[in-house]
Amino acid sequence: MELTLSILLVFMIIGAVYALFARDLLSALISCGIVGYGLVICFLLLKAPDLAIVQIVVETVTLIIMVAVILDSTRQDLREKIVHNERGTHFINAKYVFNVLTVVILALFFLFFFNQAIGRLEPFGTHVTRMASAYVGDAAIKTGSANLVTGVLFDFRAYDTLGEATILFTAVVGVLTILRIKGRK
Amino acid sequence: MIVFILCFILFLVGLFGILTSRNIIKIIIGLSIMEFSVYLFLVLIGYIENGQAPIITKDMINLPVVDPLPQAMVLTAIVIGLATKSMLMAIAIRLYKKFKTFDIRKITSLKG
Repeated sequence: MELTLSILLVFMIIGAVYALFARDLLSALISCGIVGYGLVICFLLLKAPDLAIVQIVVETVTLIIMVAVILDSTRQDLREKIVHNERGTHFINAKYVFNVLTVVILALFFLFFFNQAIGRLEPFGTHVTRMASAYVGDAAIKTGSANLVTGVLFDFRAYDTLGEATILFTAVVGVLTILRIKGRK
Repeated sequence: MIVFILCFILFLVGLFGILTSRNIIKIIIGLSIMEFSVYLFLVLIGYIENGQAPIITKDMINLPVVDPLPQAMVLTAIVIGLATKSMLMAIAIRLYKKFKTFDIRKITSLKG
């Protein structure tokens, strides 16, 4: 189980690295899709079918929207990038070194906390349900839902779902507002 | 244990993408990679070896059930991630209409 997941994760890491270094925006998006759909297979292996369904829908919708955003602009951007690299090479390099340095410092910062957290977690596969044991025991009787995840989302933690719906509504209003108003010239 | 470390590496790849790339689309891609790694990490914590999916059926075998709580939380997080990503996309469309580029070095003026 752990081996299968590790192979899938290495595949996803390769897709992510290619997505960040691709010269073409369209191929970068498609390789970002590798990460998303690899995540779907990981969810299926981890016994989370609801998450897999939601993730596959969300990933498809996101991919379509992103392709629609970049479709008529890809080639133009590529040409500009090549011109820029030829013109001011050492100027870009100084900024690039600074950026990589920032990444290394932040990575060390995160590594410190990751190290602390990983010491307190149980090893993979030996999780003990503490809070959810009440949900697992009584959910079918209390909520009448055979799916425990649905029971948690819509009954035990319904206010959380209400907040999620509020965020979705706010996002829709925000997108409409941003796309409607004409910008100042 | 190695799965957690690979998940962390995926997180760092997304962080590298956000901080070093200059294209807005690449930055959004890095952000979504970071999101994916966090979702996977949370679901990995709740996994139980030989557990079954948290759906109650009639002929249920007497095995442990995978923790449903992280799955419910990640389900919320995925939908919120879709909302934030669509906001970012709308802002990217507006920026492209105004400046005719995705390069953040050329987007210098902050006027609406």
